[in-house]
Amino acid sequence: MNYDWNWLVFLQATIDGGSRYAWWMLSGFGLTVLIALAAWVLALALGVGLGVARTLPSVALRVPVVLYVEVFRNIPLLVQLFFWYYIAPVLLLPATLQEAVNAAHPVLVQTLTAILCLGLFTAARVCEQVRAGIEAQPRGRFNAAHALGLTRYQAYRHVILPMAFRVVLPPLTSEFLNVFKNTAAVLAIGLLELTARSRQVGEFTGHIFEAFIVATALYFIVAQVVGHAMRRLELRLALPGHTGGSDA
Amino acid sequence: MSDAIVIENVSKWYGDTQVLFDCSARIAKGEVVVVCGPSGSGKSTLIKCVNALEPIQQGRITVAGHTLPAPASTLPGIRARVGMVFQHFELFPHMNVLQNLMFAQLKVLKRAPDAARDKAMGYLQRVGLLAFADKFPGQLSGGQQQRVAIARALCMDPECMLFDEPTSALDPEMVNEVLDVMTGLAAEGMTMVCVTHEMGFARKVAHRVIFMDAGRIFDDCSSSDFFTNAGTRSERAGKFLSSVIK
Amino acid sequence: MNYAFDWSVIPQALPFLAQGMALSLALLAVSLVGGLALGIVLALMRLSSNRWLAGIAGAYVSVFRSIPLVLAIFWFYLLVPMVISAVRGQATPIGPMYSAFAAFVAFEAAYFCEVIRAGIQSIPRGQTSAAQALGLTRMQAMRHVILPQALRVVTPLILSKAIIIFQDTSLVYVISVSDFLGAATKIGQRDSRLIELYLFAGTVYFLMCFAASRFVEHRTSKKVIA
Repeated sequence: MNYDWNWLVFLQATIDGGSRYAWWMLSGFGLTVLIALAAWVLALALGVGLGVARTLPSVALRVPVVLYVEVFRNIPLLVQLFFWYYIAPVLLLPATLQEAVNAAHPVLVQTLTAILCLGLFTAARVCEQVRAGIEAQPRGRFNAAHALGLTRYQAYRHVILPMAFRVVLPPLTSEFLNVFKNTAAVLAIGLLELTARSRQVGEFTGHIFEAFIVATALYFIVAQVVGHAMRRLELRLALPGHTGGSDA
Repeated sequence: MSDAIVIENVSKWYGDTQVLFDCSARIAKGEVVVVCGPSGSGKSTLIKCVNALEPIQQGRITVAGHTLPAPASTLPGIRARVGMVFQHFELFPHMNVLQNLMFAQLKVLKRAPDAARDKAMGYLQRVGLLAFADKFPGQLSGGQQQRVAIARALCMDPECMLFDEPTSALDPEMVNEVLDVMTGLAAEGMTMVCVTHEMGFARKVAHRVIFMDAGRIFDDCSSSDFFTNAGTRSERAGKFLSSVIK
Repeated sequence: MNYAFDWSVIPQALPFLAQGMALSLALLAVSLVGGLALGIVLALMRLSSNRWLAGIAGAYVSVFRSIPLVLAIFWFYLLVPMVISAVRGQATPIGPMYSAFAAFVAFEAAYFCEVIRAGIQSIPRGQTSAAQALGLTRMQAMRHVILPQALRVVTPLILSKAIIIFQDTSLVYVISVSDFLGAATKIGQRDSRLIELYLFAGTVYFLMCFAASRFVEHRTSKKVIA
């Protein structure tokens, strides 16, 4: 293969002289991390609430949650992204806000849209995992809590959720990694996250392999670090006598 | 009388833990031998070494005309000549009863399908389950599954049969239907080695009893001898028998 | 909201949209068949006692499960034409579709490998012992006894994943492949009716995936009762 490898290309000055290609890659990585973390916070806050609501006896709470989950789980992420970016401002915002959005810095609008979309998309999945974690608790645990006179809120807060959290930690971790990977889709609305930047660097320098390999390595490293951190957290949270989330 | 199975100075380790210590025994053609002992005595391990499901690190086993340890490529051929019945039946759940019985005949012995089917039906009738040929294992009771498992092993026309606690996983009311089949087999002169807690079967059907404890063979005598004199022959055997026979 | 909807573009565009949907479904089918086949091979490699095979398969799975599907699509968009040109000995321009098929098969195989591996490990060891006791070789035991059972066990996971893969096919947008979403985008841009087309596309995806997930749930819960 007659490809001219040059790993030092990242230290070269960019075409527009503004900075070095390494900074482009880093800025892409930084944007990826920012969007992922912000979307994750939104997804957790909303998803846990939805998941708990899903297990409560009130139908008025359960039905909207079921609708939410079905809608957000059965439409592709990219379609949801286009909805929030192209359709929602026109259909949902009054004219004055629409003008504000049009006048605002495009990158800001794109970033906020990406965070909102990814957050809502992931919240549906978090909701289902939290629900599964709660429903995995043996019936006896609810009964014991109630028999002691705890209110439903107290039972959830002090008895059910702490145990459910341990069960749910591994799927939640892989959900966070999914968020991190899903940020790549936002390049479809023009955001220069890591994958988009690596393509850009590749096109500008002609060294596409190096750029892609660096991007691949960064995603790989993040996955390993997060996985490792999760295992350590699991060990710290493990209760003596319990080998895992399932109850003996 | 020729020997069907010869176990010579067999020792086995799992990693650094030794589980069989210098075990030796000879089983003649047509003999029915019961291997008994407390849990963890190594009896299941020993029997699995006879058909090379478990490797041995020291010693020799001669079975079905071959000597173990043997090269891995020859093991399937050796195993095809030794029948084995497992504690948990281990029928293949995705095949019906007839397919379970025919499968190894077709794939291993390369028999013609008609011959395989005839043999399968013959043994199904033998164990009293002809009507269940197209049922699936999930539809059978434990006792029925185990009888099918015995038929499956017999379809291979083995030279000897190994039984690894064949009734331990059965509800009490089904134990007898399986023991009856095994008794019938013994009466026909099949060489059988049975790891079992069923002392009634041992007393009535077995020619010999091998008593194991902690990986060693402690006693190896005729079954009448074992049951009448166990207490005097060895303290361990005596203790074991009194715990097993109420 | 001051937007004047005009849905009339959609009926006229249906044939073109249907073509796009056919491509999306074809991509799903190829991903499933190819991904499962490669996934089984990878799972057997990971379970083998040969350290090289296990290591290579393990590394493959690790990498493909850490990266976004979008990046995998770009990688194959870059590599597939190169490989084909190298094999044919001459520069061969090929469309992005083949790269998309290859990317999806390679990517999903990593997931299926893990699912199948877990399925194989869930089959009790006694089944392998029983098969070997009858004289079957390891390969025969795996092929006829273990793998069929493992695949049955993980069928619900495979079906749920199929629905997700169908949604993920929309990502080929990034290399301008005309799948269903790509077709909807083209029509929407041509007639300046992007909003109607995207709403229509979203609804179609929703109806198809919702129906499919109900079907999968029905089938898998039925099995438990039996």
